[in-house]
Amino acid sequence: MGLIPATAAARRARRSGAAAEDDRELLARLRAGDEQAFVLLVARHNSAMLRLARTFVPSVTVAEEVVQDTWIGVVRGIDRFAGRSSFKTWLLTILVNRARSTGVREQRSVAIGDGAAAVERSRFNSAGAWMSPPQHWIEESDERLFAEELTGAIKSALDELPSRQREVVTLRDVEGLTSHEVCEVLDISEGNQRVLLHRGRSHLRAALEQAVRV
Amino acid sequence: MKLLRHNNDLVCQQIVEIITDYLEGSLPRSQRRRFEAHLEGCEHCSEYLEQMRLTINLTGRLRTDDLTPVMREEFAALYRRMSSQGA
Repeated sequence: MGLIPATAAARRARRSGAAAEDDRELLARLRAGDEQAFVLLVARHNSAMLRLARTFVPSVTVAEEVVQDTWIGVVRGIDRFAGRSSFKTWLLTILVNRARSTGVREQRSVAIGDGAAAVERSRFNSAGAWMSPPQHWIEESDERLFAEELTGAIKSALDELPSRQREVVTLRDVEGLTSHEVCEVLDISEGNQRVLLHRGRSHLRAALEQAVRV
Repeated sequence: MKLLRHNNDLVCQQIVEIITDYLEGSLPRSQRRRFEAHLEGCEHCSEYLEQMRLTINLTGRLRTDDLTPVMREEFAALYRRMSSQGA
């Protein structure tokens, strides 16, 4: 994370720090029976939950049911939240458990080490050096419209990822969880988390490369 | 000795496979040095690293949608139902 350009990392850290503080305040109000605090918590986390739930279940409708079921579990079990992890980590862990217990999983799920290379082998010579190297596309991305176009390409590519890779990339790179939090939410090892993250990010980069070429 | 040293150098095809470990800070120190030494002399792998960073940044721009007023009301109603059931 430390090697991502400082501005984005700093912005994300500020955002997640402030968000955690707001969550604590809303939780205190929710414990006191404040309906508005519940709605604010839902507004804050619902779409992240839906996005994650969609990686486990085959339809939006089932994902919405899982999310609603999770919120019911949160309200009923609020006193069990001890604050050892962030509220968001706790919430997403409940969500993942409920999604898994639906017993339905997308067919796109593949083994962790799916054997796919980050870059096609044909792009390297027999000594492992680039034959077909990546073309430069950094500057263009500074143009706002171009970046918007690439964001569209990323969104489609993310939807196409095998579900386990999508879960990890969504939690890490979209939702900004730490690797430790991702392992806690998905109940996977640090090593598996890194392999899935690597495969997922490599696919997304390749998709951007395609989009830039067109 | 020279041959051994040569065999220890990382090649581009290996770089693209350990790049996430590098970005995650999980490479052992010696391998991290070899990674960075390769990058110093390889513009293509440097470009690849920049592309991975840009990919991560662009993924972070995918923002989540706001709740519609109808959804807000539905969740408020859900909360009231739970409260009335003594949740």
